[in-house]
Amino acid sequence: MTKGTGGGSLELRGITKRFGSLVANDGIDLEVRPGEIHCLLGENGAGKSTLMNILYGLYEPDEGQLLIDDEPLVVRGPRDAIAAGIGMVHQHFMLIPVFTVLENIMLGEERTRRGGLLDHARARRDVLDISRKYGLEVDPDAVVGGLPVGVQQRVEIVKALIRNARVLILDEPTAVLTPQETEELFTVMRALREAGHSIVFITHKLKEVKAIADRITVIRRGAVVGTADPSDSEAELAALMVGRDVRLTVDKPPAAAGAEPVFEVRNLTVLDESGRAVLDDVSFDIRPGEILGVAGVQGNGQTELAEAILGLRTATGTITLDGARLSGRTPRQVLGGGVGFIPEDRGHDALVESASVAENLVLDLYRDAPFGRHGSIDVKAVQDNAEQRVAEFDIRTTSVHAAVGTLSGGNQQKVVVAREMSRPLRLLVAAQPTRGVDVGAMAFIHERIVAERALGRPILIISTELDEIFALADRIAVMFRGKIVGIVPPETSRERIGLLMAGAHE
Amino acid sequence: MERLRRHLAAGSMIVIGLFAIVAFGLGSRTGHGAKAAFGFDYLGKSSIHLPDLTVPAGPAAIGLGALCVTFGVLRLARPALQTWAIAGFLACLVAAFLTWGTAGQSLAFTGLLNATLLAAVPLVLGSLCGLLCERSGIINVAIEGQFLVGACASAYVGSVSGSLWAGLIAGCLAGALLGALLAVFANRYLVGQVVLGVVLNVFAAGLTGFLYERLLQADPNHRNKALTFADIRIPGLASLPVVGPVLFDQNIIFYLAVLLIAAVQIGLFHTRWGLRTRAVGEHPTAAETVGIRVLATRYRNVIMAGLISGLGGVWMTLGSGAPFGKDMAAGQGFIALAALIFGRWSPLGSLSAALLFGFAQGISISLQPLNTPVPTAFLSMTPYLATIFAVAGLVGHVRAPAAEGIPYVKA
Amino acid sequence: MNRKIFDAVLKGPSWLVTALAIFLALLVGALLILVSDPEVPGKFGYFFAAPGDALSSSWHAVAAAYGAMLKGAIFDPGTAGSVTEAFRPISETITEAIPLIFGGLSIGLAFRAGLFNIGGQGQLIAGAICACYAGFTLHVPGVLALPAAIIAGIAGGAAYGGLVGWLKAATGAHEVIVTIMLNYVAYLLLGYLIASDAFRDPNNPQPVSKPVLPQARLPHLAGDSLRVNAGLLLAIAAVGFAWWLLNRSTLGFELRTVGANQSAARTAGMSVGRTQIMAMLLAGGLMGLVGVSQVLGTANANNALTQQIDAGLGFTAITVALLGRASPVGTVLAALLFGALDAGGRAMQASAGVSIEIVTVIQSLIVLFVAAPPLIRAIFRLRGENGGTNTLAAKGWNG
Repeated sequence: MTKGTGGGSLELRGITKRFGSLVANDGIDLEVRPGEIHCLLGENGAGKSTLMNILYGLYEPDEGQLLIDDEPLVVRGPRDAIAAGIGMVHQHFMLIPVFTVLENIMLGEERTRRGGLLDHARARRDVLDISRKYGLEVDPDAVVGGLPVGVQQRVEIVKALIRNARVLILDEPTAVLTPQETEELFTVMRALREAGHSIVFITHKLKEVKAIADRITVIRRGAVVGTADPSDSEAELAALMVGRDVRLTVDKPPAAAGAEPVFEVRNLTVLDESGRAVLDDVSFDIRPGEILGVAGVQGNGQTELAEAILGLRTATGTITLDGARLSGRTPRQVLGGGVGFIPEDRGHDALVESASVAENLVLDLYRDAPFGRHGSIDVKAVQDNAEQRVAEFDIRTTSVHAAVGTLSGGNQQKVVVAREMSRPLRLLVAAQPTRGVDVGAMAFIHERIVAERALGRPILIISTELDEIFALADRIAVMFRGKIVGIVPPETSRERIGLLMAGAHE
Repeated sequence: MERLRRHLAAGSMIVIGLFAIVAFGLGSRTGHGAKAAFGFDYLGKSSIHLPDLTVPAGPAAIGLGALCVTFGVLRLARPALQTWAIAGFLACLVAAFLTWGTAGQSLAFTGLLNATLLAAVPLVLGSLCGLLCERSGIINVAIEGQFLVGACASAYVGSVSGSLWAGLIAGCLAGALLGALLAVFANRYLVGQVVLGVVLNVFAAGLTGFLYERLLQADPNHRNKALTFADIRIPGLASLPVVGPVLFDQNIIFYLAVLLIAAVQIGLFHTRWGLRTRAVGEHPTAAETVGIRVLATRYRNVIMAGLISGLGGVWMTLGSGAPFGKDMAAGQGFIALAALIFGRWSPLGSLSAALLFGFAQGISISLQPLNTPVPTAFLSMTPYLATIFAVAGLVGHVRAPAAEGIPYVKA
Repeated sequence: MNRKIFDAVLKGPSWLVTALAIFLALLVGALLILVSDPEVPGKFGYFFAAPGDALSSSWHAVAAAYGAMLKGAIFDPGTAGSVTEAFRPISETITEAIPLIFGGLSIGLAFRAGLFNIGGQGQLIAGAICACYAGFTLHVPGVLALPAAIIAGIAGGAAYGGLVGWLKAATGAHEVIVTIMLNYVAYLLLGYLIASDAFRDPNNPQPVSKPVLPQARLPHLAGDSLRVNAGLLLAIAAVGFAWWLLNRSTLGFELRTVGANQSAARTAGMSVGRTQIMAMLLAGGLMGLVGVSQVLGTANANNALTQQIDAGLGFTAITVALLGRASPVGTVLAALLFGALDAGGRAMQASAGVSIEIVTVIQSLIVLFVAAPPLIRAIFRLRGENGGTNTLAAKGWNG
């Protein structure tokens, strides 16, 4: 139990992890020296969390080696990682909400007194010791579920330290924190560094990297793309993180200028269960035949924006389409009013994977003619419609009766797009319209969206892929922490938009 | 929503209280100065004799009804005291009802208490079984089936071997075996646990019914005897008035049940096992990240729980002096499940619920000779209706362990 | 979670696995017959001295039991002389299958909407009470009396089931807990009613309701000596209706979508709560038909309500629906299989002296084995898709 609290060195060599055909980590090398704060910088989905879960024994790597204090280490499970002095604060806290702070910290490392009873007094003493030593203020008897996330995070850190962690992994620790809480966290991190702990700090936020890192490793699409220094400029870091891929090009005529906006959003605000504004006073408008692209890192209010427009979430503020009020209506009314919606998570929100292609193609159209009549469904009409759409949208499927779940991602997405575009639209809301689809399907979907634009429809595209935003948008709105931090023309440089996405205000 | 629920609950308490005043206090049964007498001498067992308590039925019922209304108001005004308000409300309501029911006659109160406790024993054992399973994340609706196999095995083995203890052990093991089946199908084959429990109940009913007809009843004098554990009188304590004969002059299974409640209550909240069990039932992934073996914990708990519900089955035969009978559990496994939910997944809560439900059974037995106009069927419904109210959120909020019923599959 | 339920029920295990599960369950049944046989275990005592003795007596015991079962369920060569007698086993099988068809459809329909209807017992009792009450109070001509009693039964079951759906939609109360509790409420209510003045038959020493009037009873279809009755026509209609509802109606489309993927249903503009209420209303109505076929049909000779009117059908229906993969056609097949087991079991009890309870054991084992295809594959060393496939994925009390 009495391992030194001195820092450990940690080295990853050629770590590769595949999930099916997806390569989440591709030969990653990383070296963390004792007593340093090492930043792992990368966009969401770059493979950072997978890497850390491998380190913690939650996933097994397909290739590669792990060394701690220059000794090779095989981590078969969290137990091994803990024993090796690795502590982890997961992005989604691994805390039990109904337990007290003390119970959460004790769990797995329980000390007992006579008769096998839990020794709460001793555990409380240990917790308070660590609290005091690193300035991690926690109330051992508070119930975790009622604590602010910043405090929950402190509990996680205490949990790791009480297990004598020498290497501490913090996975996106600031994603859920307010600026003040972030400052407090940094103070703690510095104290830990002083005490000789090494810290792996995973983030996509440039400012924070510059504020706290000793060294930086940048990772993109599962591979290390370089190392950087905290003294590098944010623009340089952003370029490294986002990449300078060739811009996607979509042929589209210039936007018709001068028309009055037909879709208007004013002061739209959505609160989550705890009363925090996940969508914060958002206002914008879209003209006919215009594509407004919403850029931003995942989780900055984009999902809530789309859901609020569709009536899937209660929101305050007003939404009007063609002068008629859209806010306060049910999803059925909104859809019926001519709004096409492509949700960001098609498997979860847009498709019933076990149902057939034909049925999925009428998922929100089945009630009305020609498909539904007097409560009965005209199977012939559903099938004819399916065959027509399959041909029109080039959906590759063995049959219109095949379950949608058996189709490739691109073809599944085409089913959604085909459905939403198979009726006269007055507004199209498309969230991540090409996520997880192949290049061919992507181009096809982009063309269809541009075709809708040519018909003079207002279109809202939400995407975390900057390339997609650049390819499609006539104007770009950037979201950060539930707010639109800027609406810029498409000629704006990638670096500048990257800065806005990272929260740098204009 | 919360406000609405509070108002609804408090409102219905007040209305029921007013109803109690009118129905129990002002009706013809309690009129004309009728008196209600409560006897505290149980079978002449306690050495200290207490006189009967005689009250004027009308005024007493009115007073108790008014107290019900007061508790309803308290529930509305002071949400923090809601547990006390509900407990007080129920106690007064039941007392008012008893006064009304006994008006003009006499009721053996100690006998009622004893009937309550005896009815509560299998409910307590069953809900402790459910508790161990559900706290670790496995839903167990097969308690009824475990009662049946426990009762069947204990009657057969007890009769054939001539040893009550062998019967007891066999009964417990039979319950554990059915529990093991539940655990394997739930953990390994990821079968939906509710459906699984239902199917296991059907299986247990069929199996014990078959064995009963073909094996036990083929030779009931040797294979299905009416055996019973002798009462153990605890010297001194058993002589206490009222509670003495009820609490301290019972058989070994009764005492085991009491011990088990204490053990589970302490174990769940004050030991390593309990902490880990609760963690696994709430957030298995979090438990895994601190090195706890989720599935092993679940297997262990479900099988241990089976031993306890098996004991509940033993109570029905060797604990009550009855031979095994087809479907003799008669839904008590489901009342035990109701007690578990109504008791909010805590041992003491389950105990209170089991006592409440046991009281509903005891009361319907005790009131039968008194010719009350209320049919006993409605009294027997109270456990079920109470549970429905509880899960609908009308009696505070019940919350099951978060990860319950969801099979754990490692990443 | 819900999507998994849908997938699993829809796809289900292969027919081979189902067949092997039935075989395995019969095997375990045979084992039980042997173990509980008054003579066979004794012969195994001297197995090594005379193995033939033990084996042949085992064979005879099992063959006698299962032979009788087959004769009672399908065809008895000894009765070839009389047409009526030759059809008796089939008539018995169909008669037993009819309530199972209604019940299986009910459970299956709720499954499709993502709901576990454990409340069949309560709903069928509610249906039986209403059907019976209408059946002995409405002194109207036959053409009206029977339909009125049937509709009363459906309405009773639907109301009792709809209550569950409403509680779920309005308060989030878990349907499994609510239905379990309502089962007992109905059972106790039934006990109260058949002893009450409104229902009780004054000419019967037992607490039994007045008999249903002759014109409100389900008429026999093939002469009075065969039990098969007009419930069969109702069952055929119910299967047709359920099939249409699930595959050809907008409501069925909503029902299946809500059951398979609640978020997709909500995103497509469907009302999840309303759909769940409708599903429970329909499921309750179908369970009401089980009550109808019991009390207006075959539960007892004088068509009266008794405390045992449910005959455990609400639970057997769950096993039928599981085996029938919650599809109308599958349910019919499963109900016929279980009906044959029941009919055969009765014959077996009469002629081979093996308790009919063995049938319940066999039925539950079939479902248990079907629920765990990997187990069957492991036992028979089959290759197949690895693990994971389950008849019904689980969900918690909170879900």
